[in-house]
Amino acid sequence: MAQTQPVSSWATDFDVLDREYVSSPFEIWDELRQKCPIAQTDRRGRNWLPTRYEDVTAIAHDIGHFSSLEVAVIPFEGEEPDEPVLPYGLPPISSDPPLHTWTRRLLLPWFSHRRVAGYEELTRNLCRRLIAGFADAGRADAAAGYAQQIPVRVIAHILGVPEDLSDTFTEWVRDVLEFADDAERRIHGMESLVNYFVAEVGRRKEEPGDDLISELLQVEMDGKPLEESIVMGAAALVLIAGIDTTWSAIGSSLWHLATHPDDRRRLIEDTEVWPLAIEELLRAYSPVTMARIVTKDVEFAGCPMKSGDRVLMNFPAANRDPEVFENADTVVIDRMHNRHVAFGSGIHRCAGSNLARMELRVALEEWLSAIPDFRLAEDAEVTWAGGQVRGPRQLPVVFP
Amino acid sequence: MKIRVDQDKCQGHARCYGLAPELFDIDDYGTSSVVGDGTVPPELEERALLAIANCPEYAIEEVD
Ligand code: HEM
Repeated sequence: MAQTQPVSSWATDFDVLDREYVSSPFEIWDELRQKCPIAQTDRRGRNWLPTRYEDVTAIAHDIGHFSSLEVAVIPFEGEEPDEPVLPYGLPPISSDPPLHTWTRRLLLPWFSHRRVAGYEELTRNLCRRLIAGFADAGRADAAAGYAQQIPVRVIAHILGVPEDLSDTFTEWVRDVLEFADDAERRIHGMESLVNYFVAEVGRRKEEPGDDLISELLQVEMDGKPLEESIVMGAAALVLIAGIDTTWSAIGSSLWHLATHPDDRRRLIEDTEVWPLAIEELLRAYSPVTMARIVTKDVEFAGCPMKSGDRVLMNFPAANRDPEVFENADTVVIDRMHNRHVAFGSGIHRCAGSNLARMELRVALEEWLSAIPDFRLAEDAEVTWAGGQVRGPRQLPVVFP
Repeated sequence: MKIRVDQDKCQGHARCYGLAPELFDIDDYGTSSVVGDGTVPPELEERALLAIANCPEYAIEEVD
């Protein structure tokens, strides 16, 4: 991540790529919520940053003023091609109704409860295989060596693309999401992904399989097959939305458990607490911030938002709003009232949330059953990525 | 106790199903509905209240 200029005021000059914000944004949000609940900045265009639950969810529901045509937190500063390969971007995430409505319905059944249950065994075997690789060593990088390895392989299976390309996919997705302020890397990541899916779509037309890409190619709308750019965009979206996000949630949860032995013990001793614990970890370490573009001038909660401004959908800060969550900055592992919006709010609710939850649960179950006792290594550093997706990228842990 | 799901509000977070699978059904598109006519047996009332309190879209309500 590039070096950023020091922030002069979080209320008027915030920067989500600032190192302090990336590694620990919680106090910054607490201060903003009290003093200036919707912060503003002129860095990389004019941006607003709501920090209260009420405001974030209201904006998510107001699609008349706040469009999803641009959802990247860091605006793209390179040149846009005249004839893009993906004229609709990555539907449904980068679209508004009506395009959003029907493209979302194409994806949803792939990630229903029933389908997701069918991916559980594969996920569990994968986790076991990874753990077997380092269990005897007494130390591991729980982010790069574990969390990062899981979701990409499950998604590769769903898309019917080879698992041995996992590292390559991971690199492309990181270029797009984590190095978004580096135009060259971002273009490289996006072009590589698009070229890959153009070729895959070509291949599936010749030899269909029983994967998501092949099935989308067989869908007909009004008697005609879908435009190929819709299929490519949706397939690329599943990869982009499904891997960095989930591995960040797994990584942050393992960071929490490495530093909170009481919660670790509770999970090991009390299986009933798991459903609550998973939601609480998602709440407290929500990885994903999205963006919206203001389409009509509007005064929102006293802020004069102008057409073209960007609003950062700060789901992570909403989830720590003390108006909605008691002891919001504390992980209460058996929290009973938890209306969190880690998966968003309104019509764009994460289409992969059932899959993400399953992967997070299985990854933690398998880790804790093999490595019940672990802590951060003292001789190595934990590093975090942030911006669009926040989570640990290097998480060295040791265990007896 | 009787509950209902407002399907115009439901966005498929599936939190109700996670907390009380006996009381809710979820279709392939994520939309939730109550099992049967929404009548909650006394031993599940607490869980129904939890589902109401955890829905991020305020889509579940007690009807009587
Ligand atoms: C813990 C992991 C994850 C988190 C925190 C997360 C978070 C989110 C959020 C906040 C949104 C809303 C976007 C918006 O409002 O603009 C979203 C949308 C989406 N997510 Fe996830 N996600 C995760 C995992 C996944 C996985 C595993 C998939 C796999 C398919 C996925 C696929 C999608 C898709 C397709 C959308 C677009 C839905 C739409 O626009 O209608 N996500 N996600």
